[in-house]
Amino acid sequence: MTVDSYKYLPRSMKTMYESTPVTTEPAAWAPLTKPLSKCRLALMTSAGVYLKDSQEGFDEEREWQNPEWGDPTYREIPSGVRQEQIGCSHLHINHEDLLEDVNVVLPIRAFQKLEAKGVIGELAPVHYSFMGYQERQLKDWREVQGPELVAKLKERAVDVLLLAPA
Amino acid sequence: MLARVIESLGIPTVTVTMIPELALKMHASRVVGVEFPFGHSFGTPGNDALMETVARAACEALEEAGASGYRLDVEAEWPVPLEIAYKTWHPPQASPIVARMLKMRGGG
Repeated sequence: MTVDSYKYLPRSMKTMYESTPVTTEPAAWAPLTKPLSKCRLALMTSAGVYLKDSQEGFDEEREWQNPEWGDPTYREIPSGVRQEQIGCSHLHINHEDLLEDVNVVLPIRAFQKLEAKGVIGELAPVHYSFMGYQERQLKDWREVQGPELVAKLKERAVDVLLLAPA
Repeated sequence: MLARVIESLGIPTVTVTMIPELALKMHASRVVGVEFPFGHSFGTPGNDALMETVARAACEALEEAGASGYRLDVEAEWPVPLEIAYKTWHPPQASPIVARMLKMRGGG
């Protein structure tokens, strides 16, 4: 089976994505340094998820004022998060299902099972959420959030990061 | 592409995406394609079997990929009819950029 990348997209968005050129940025490659069964794996979603009881949501108001801007900040979500703590601020997707079960975008439960089965070494105790609509050049992410996040991942001994764009 | 930025800084990544073609254009290193509607990269609420299927595919990609540009598509059918799922992933209100485009075209 070959996934149809455009199955759920309006024709205008399909045209836009199909015409997007291959990036001129060089590909990067970081090999796993140990078997996956020994790796600590962290999750990252772009669904704009945050903790209602302790975090601010992403800045929707500023995006309304400047539609080409998206909030580049990120939030930390613990593995033990309760569904009732989950909020979502993302202006480009429907939130109904992730507000019922955050695992549709941040698969904590699935990876806890794979940890128990020894497929991965360990699910990291903290995961990351950002809002996926970003300015095209990713300037803030390249210069600020990206390096900051990687420093945290290394400090927290995360071996692998799974990204799940929303 | 965030995956490329993070990978360039030394952390191996795998990207589970509804648009694998775009992820590869952006030089994501390990790409797992899912034919799911946006906002649902791992499935439907409570559907643990589907979530585990996708999670296992991500693990396979991590173990099998030997170089950047690896792609693995998940063989899984979305459990909601297309005519419903095609519409329901959209936000209840047009996003700011879409609203602006519609306005420019005279439709907003």
